[in-house]
Amino acid sequence: MKLELRGITKRFGSLVANDHIDLTVEAGEIHCLLGENGAGKSTLMNVLYGLYQADEGEVLLDDQVQHFAGPGDAMAAHIGMVHQHFMLIPVFTVAENVMLGHEETKLGGRLDLPAARAKVREISERFGFDVDPDALVDDLPVGVQQRVEIIKALSRDAKVLVFDEPTAVLTPQETDELMGIMRQLKQTGTSIVFITHKLREVREVADRITVIRLGKVVGEASPTATNAELASLMVGRAVELTVHKEEPTLGDAALQVQGLTVIDPIGQLVVNDVSFEVRRGEILAIAGVQGNGQTELTEALLGLQPRVQGSIRIDGIELGSSSVKRILDAGVGFVPEDRTEDGLVGEFTIAENLMLDRSDGAPFVRGGSIQRGALADFARDKVKEFDVRTQGIDSKVRQLSGGNQQKVVLARELSRDLRLLVAAQPTRGVDVGSIEFIHKRIVETRDSGVPVVVVSTELDEVVALADRIMVMYRGRIVGIVPGDTPRDVLGLMMAGEHPAEGAAA
Amino acid sequence: MSTAVQHPAPAPQVVALDTTVVTSWKAPIAFAIFTLLAIALAVFAPQDGDTTFRLSTQSDVIQLPEITVPTMPTLWITIVLLALATAYSAMLVASKRRVPVWLVVVFAVLFMFGFLTWAASGAAIPVIGLLFGSLSLAVPLIYGSLAGVLGERVGVINIAIEGQLLAGAFTAAVVASITGQPILGLIAAMVAGMLVGMVLAAFAIKYFVDQVIVGVVLNVLVVGLTSFFFSQVLAPNAAALNTPPRFERLPIPVLSEIPIIGPVLFRQTLVVYLMYVAVALVYFGLFHTKWGLRLRAVGEHPQAADTVGIKVNRTRFWNVALAGAIAGLGGTFFTIGSGIAFNKEMTAGAGFIALAAVIFGQWDPIKATLAALLFGFASNLQNTLSVIGSPVPSEFMLMLPYVVTIFAVAGLVGKVRGPAAAGKPYIKS
Repeated sequence: MKLELRGITKRFGSLVANDHIDLTVEAGEIHCLLGENGAGKSTLMNVLYGLYQADEGEVLLDDQVQHFAGPGDAMAAHIGMVHQHFMLIPVFTVAENVMLGHEETKLGGRLDLPAARAKVREISERFGFDVDPDALVDDLPVGVQQRVEIIKALSRDAKVLVFDEPTAVLTPQETDELMGIMRQLKQTGTSIVFITHKLREVREVADRITVIRLGKVVGEASPTATNAELASLMVGRAVELTVHKEEPTLGDAALQVQGLTVIDPIGQLVVNDVSFEVRRGEILAIAGVQGNGQTELTEALLGLQPRVQGSIRIDGIELGSSSVKRILDAGVGFVPEDRTEDGLVGEFTIAENLMLDRSDGAPFVRGGSIQRGALADFARDKVKEFDVRTQGIDSKVRQLSGGNQQKVVLARELSRDLRLLVAAQPTRGVDVGSIEFIHKRIVETRDSGVPVVVVSTELDEVVALADRIMVMYRGRIVGIVPGDTPRDVLGLMMAGEHPAEGAAA
Repeated sequence: MSTAVQHPAPAPQVVALDTTVVTSWKAPIAFAIFTLLAIALAVFAPQDGDTTFRLSTQSDVIQLPEITVPTMPTLWITIVLLALATAYSAMLVASKRRVPVWLVVVFAVLFMFGFLTWAASGAAIPVIGLLFGSLSLAVPLIYGSLAGVLGERVGVINIAIEGQLLAGAFTAAVVASITGQPILGLIAAMVAGMLVGMVLAAFAIKYFVDQVIVGVVLNVLVVGLTSFFFSQVLAPNAAALNTPPRFERLPIPVLSEIPIIGPVLFRQTLVVYLMYVAVALVYFGLFHTKWGLRLRAVGEHPQAADTVGIKVNRTRFWNVALAGAIAGLGGTFFTIGSGIAFNKEMTAGAGFIALAAVIFGQWDPIKATLAALLFGFASNLQNTLSVIGSPVPSEFMLMLPYVVTIFAVAGLVGKVRGPAAAGKPYIKS
């Protein structure tokens, strides 16, 4: 089925998320929509799917103008969507999720679960998925959950299938499999819209590429374009795709973790007997698919987890069971995974956020009152040093873009005397320009002799920053390998396969 | 240099996380406290004589014999059993195992038996009456908790159960008094409860007002309205407006003659029989029909429900209205269900106890019903003991239902997860 979007405009207040966007997707074509976070890709697709109403413009399917009042209409018109954040009910089974919204019933209004199971099995077999219709979605790994989403769309005979950032949660192997599934779908005549900001994937699978920046279509590209060409089109200027860093000057082991185990409230060992060390002047990157214990590991390092066993030493001092306060005072800087939740107070100003963890004494607090003057000088300094784009130090942090928020977090953490920096997902949801800057600062921190732990699910970031790479899977360490380990090896490790003997450093 | 490569390679498919048991000493400690309590009763307040348990009423076709036990020896045997259960639970926890639910139930039943034996020394406990009364007192709680389960399962916290019960009780009394037809009163009560539910739904869903606050305000509003009408309109014209006829008891043939169960379950009024049907229907509906599947989807992940074409807010509105109707029906128990005239604030917190039953029952209609029965039992125990003249001060016994509620909800629930989106308005950008 041919899909055409004509002049779609969507405004949120004064923000124009989509500005007269035109897009044509031919039948049996994989069309990539490339753009940075916040460029308006997801908004566009939500308009297509009936979740948002466009302010201007129209959607055409096979040259017929469509009016979607809600997702129900879009689905009836055979548009399917695999959402970035899966639209699955965690406490339902696969079959229940697939049947939801178009349930078949038997006598007495009883749900016809056998029919739903059969449907799941039939579609699974067609594409070689191995999905148990009676499994609870909550128990499935994300890769399988995504397949459930695909089955859900196909069970309603989707002819146009939208994938919204589908690879963000997948291992490289799962990503390759997904590409295979897309090609398979394409052969059956399904049109595919593939939204992403990852250049490699685009070039591998796309038939055509449309690039969106700040809500506008800025150009089309062919899949043969180079990474640099695509990146500059996407960002609007030439970008540095690699991080320059010298060979590390290694000092003593500064962070020593021995037999660390974190137990969650239902008794699962989310971090299971983990031991590693980081030397001064070294970046250890922790790689792995989201949800394999990295979050809990970093929180344990900061003393934020309640059930922790094992030992954590910084410069020989045991901090395993200390309070967060003591750990911070010991010189641990922490960039949390979710900055809006754990890193910043949105309603506070930049200046106030910069002193959040130093509210108990000089230089910012004297005799119980905040020294506004000292704070303002400090904040102005840091805003300049970290290139935070803002109207002033009294702007609320909530109003800043993701990249600038992250710079505020980084400025606060790096302005203390550090003996360890833990940065979790330092560039998640951050624009390319800020990514360059943040990476540069992390490398500088390393070069000043601070041990650094970076947790990232983006393999690009891991490879760019790491001196050594530690891969986690299901709470355990799969292996610790040198920074120049090939991606395919890392990919296998992220799926839990151990590297060949020789690869271990 | 790495020492991490030490585990055998797992298969690349799903590997379950290793688990350990997070043990809790809550149960053994609670057991120990109750065992000590029992010992304290036996040592400091010994009761001479025998205790009789009466298992039949005089009208029963099949008469069961009365059981008479000597008070103190029975209490001491019970204490030994309680101590054994405590030791067993401590042993389980020490060896990193969980205390099973059956042990908690056995312990509770044993303690209750011991306590009853002690409290009713020298008298006879009418077991049938105790259970019959428990069920009766549980009726509004069960209707209320069904309303709570439906509301929370669809994503709206229904604090207004109290108000819905009260509105139902008031309307039932007035309509039944005027028409002389209890069945019309029942229908009117459902409408009244539904209206309260609709107000809650409108504010919570359309205007995103905090659901707890709307619920509390509605409760206060209904108390105010019914009290106002009671003192200004009903009290001066009590004969015409506030002398409701009652539902007669309808013994079900054959079933009502089963020993113990028959007199308790099957010699009840229409309100109670409707309750049996309501519990079964809500259970079947929630877990086996399209309606229930959609309702639960909306309460768990409204956005996901929206993306498959389910109208989230419409689903919420009508189900909260339905929940209100069920609670209104429960309110009839207070007036036409018992043949009592309406009085100010006569629901006396039953709606809040029902809310506790929802949580204690883990948002499941059957379990919530069982929880409500437990609370009903606690209330009726107090009535029964004061009638047979037990040595426990009645003021203390009055606290019993509420103490049970607090212990049940705080002590035993803990980590159960309710519907994920309960209390959160669904706002589309």
